Order: sequence, then C-alpha cells, then structure tokens
Amino acid sequence: MTDKLGYLKETTSQTAGPYVHIGLAPKQAGFDIFENDFGNILAGPETKGEHIRLEGKVYDGTGSLVRDVLLEIWQANASGAYNSPHDRQGKAIEPGFRGWGRACSDFETGTYAFETIKPGVVMGRNSRPMAPHINVWIVARGINIGLNTRVYFSDEAELNANDPVLNLIELVSRRKTLIAKRNTDKGKAVYTFDIHLQGDNETVFFDI
Amino acid sequence: MISESEFFQRDRTMHAPAFTPTYKTSVARSPRHALLSLQNSLSEVTGPVFGQNELGALDNDLIKNYAKSGDPIGERIIVHGRVLDENARPVPNVLIEFWQANAGGRYRHKKDSYLAPIDPNFGGCGRTLSSEDGYYYFRTIKPGPYPWRNYVNSWRPAHIHFSVFGTGFAQRLITQMYFEGDPLIKLCPIVKTIPDEGAIERLIAPLDLNASVPLDTLAYRFDIVLRGRRSTLFENRLAGN
Repeated sequence: MTDKLGYLKETTSQTAGPYVHIGLAPKQAGFDIFENDFGNILAGPETKGEHIRLEGKVYDGTGSLVRDVLLEIWQANASGAYNSPHDRQGKAIEPGFRGWGRACSDFETGTYAFETIKPGVVMGRNSRPMAPHINVWIVARGINIGLNTRVYFSDEAELNANDPVLNLIELVSRRKTLIAKRNTDKGKAVYTFDIHLQGDNETVFFDI
Repeated sequence: MISESEFFQRDRTMHAPAFTPTYKTSVARSPRHALLSLQNSLSEVTGPVFGQNELGALDNDLIKNYAKSGDPIGERIIVHGRVLDENARPVPNVLIEFWQANAGGRYRHKKDSYLAPIDPNFGGCGRTLSSEDGYYYFRTIKPGPYPWRNYVNSWRPAHIHFSVFGTGFAQRLITQMYFEGDPLIKLCPIVKTIPDEGAIERLIAPLDLNASVPLDTLAYRFDIVLRGRRSTLFENRLAGN
C-alpha cells in the first residue's frame, strides 16, 4: 500500500530472538542441515593484505556477558574496495573475497571471532578518506532493531584522528569505544573489540 | 540509475525504540545514548551479494529439508511474497533466510527446553534468493505458539523469523511474520514494542487461498519492504571523482 507519492514504508524490524542460530548459524543451534553454512572466515589464502583475527565480547548494561548475540561484518579489501556493484571506484577485488561474514558469541565464554584481513582506506563523502574500518551489525534477543557500529584499528592513530566519522562523535572520550586494540598471538595480529550495549562505556552506535 | 545512491533516512517511528520495558530483555540491552546519525558513505550503500550456487536444492522446502523418516507433523503451508524497496520497486537476487518453531511450538535449538516435543522430521530453517522480479516463496508447516518467560503467562503468537539482505548493508533487516486471525498477536509484548498500528498490520500475513495448492497446501502472503535509495541528481558522488 503506497502513500500519495507512491512510496512504501520499510518493513518493521523485530528482535532476532534467542533462537537466531537456527536460521543463521544452525550448527551453533545444535544441528546440521545446509550443505554450505555462512560463517566467520572472510579471508582465504589468496586474500591480499594483513590477515587478522577480530574478536571480542558483548556486554549488557549490568556488565553481564551477552552470550546469544549474532554479529555480521562488512568490509573493504586491503586496497579499500567493497565487493559490491554499488562500489564504482574501479579497484580490483581478488576472487573469493566477499567482505562479509557472520559470527555468534560462544554460549559459554561469550567470545565472538572473525578471521579476516585488515581493510584499506576507503574514500568517504566529499573525497575525505576514511580510516580503515569494519562495519558491524548486531542482533540478539532484547534488541528490537539491529545496532550498527564500526571497528577502527588502534595502530592507525593518525588516520583515525582525521577520520570524518570518528570526528562526528562530539564527546571525544567516546571515540575510543570504536577502536579495537591490537595484540599478537603466535605471530598473527589479533584485534580485540568489546561492545557495550549500555552503561558507562556504551559503544557508539549509528543511525545509518 | 546512479549506483552509489544513498538510502532514504530510516523512519524510526515505524520501528520499536531500543528501550521497551514491557519486553523485559530489552531493558539491559538497549543503548541509552542517542544513535549518531551518519550520512551514507560507500560503507553503507554497498553490501554483500549471494549466489544461487551457494544454496541447496531443498533450502526453501522446510517440509523436505530435514525429513528423516517422513514429513513433519503440522499444517502444510506456502509462504510467498515480494521483496520491494520504499520506491515500490522489486529487489532481485537478495538472500532471505527464515526460521521457526515446529507445529507444537518447539524450536530445534539446544537452549529451548519447552515441553512440546521436537519433530524428528523438522529442522525449522530455510533460505532462498528473490527472483528477478523480487518474488520469493518457500514451503513449510505452520509453527505453533509457545510460552516464554516475560510475564508468567506470556505467549508468542505463531510466527516465522525473517532475515533479509538488500543491496546495501544499511538495508539489513530482521523481522517476524505473523498469521492473520491469531488472537495472540495483540497480546504479545514483543509485537507491542512497535508504536505504529499500521506497521504491526504489515507484519501479519493474510491467508492467500488463490496461491494455495488444492487438496495439498494453504498459502500466506508476506511482502517485505526494504529502504529505498535516493536519486542523486545535482549532487556530488559519494566517493568523490
């Protein structure tokens, strides 16, 4: 049913609920049904760029772990190109790199993890470059509409300082909620990105 | 069409706010700061693409895709509709995933302990891609209602969960479809988080007798609307140059 200008209204969001795993990650629900599951590995051996692990935990407003959350990430490749027909920068995308993945927090530890590569700089609005970042979408029981945020990288201080999106965050002390900390595990870069849905360290979420 | 075009601003009056105390789990899981409004960049207007080759032949048939010793118990139904955008144009080739309880209201999930039995022949999930004209369909059994711990006597109406991709990450959507005539809909604390009556009405799939298979399967119709893209006349391109 369109309005007088011919527009429709977006379908209303509803919570993903506690059993989101059945539909989006059935192995985690406890059974095997699809030949091909979508998962948390974005980078294959041919993927260019620095191979990294992105991991963290999600906390609620009481400081408790949220163990039934589902996260999806969307990112550019190492040269800053998205694998999408709506990216017309004309940069090459290596075969096998979709730039998208999904992961669930572990029912016991609450940890989520992605195996991916560190993305490159993507050109932002008005030709202002954006620091390397990964886009994140979070759904769970108790979340009525998916939450959008971004992961930036702690070893990109200079680019972060000039990033047009980080600079929109008025309260400067909140910018750090979007910066993943770099460590190394057996020679591999590991970035830790904890998400706080609410509370003193509430993560910055975007209305995109 | 200018392919980088950004999305219409999301109409938040059509969606539940984050903090909805009658749905108790939202209380500690709702951000308290205002969301930071972000004009779209390439990061929001682009999104992943999925192919038919990634799906199995039975992925859209929940009657058959986990059948072990026979068909699952329950009312055989077809759910079908179109994926459109707010410009009322079809959205082709997008991934739609769905999951649900069985006819007794029990989920095949290690965390569900409701006393209704698991159906050995029902997995409860499937997926499909929209066609060139935005159309999708799948076959399943009608899910049952079930109790949940919100108030002591809260029941979910029969529903199917939907996850939908668009062509941009900013369109990503999860929702739930309800069935016409279910008296539990208007009692449900999760439904009632939605502030707009019309928005609730659009989540309720009407019976579609014309799409049913006589002597075999009933049908329900559920159209899904994703955010529309603006035209970008007289504007700079998002990515510059």
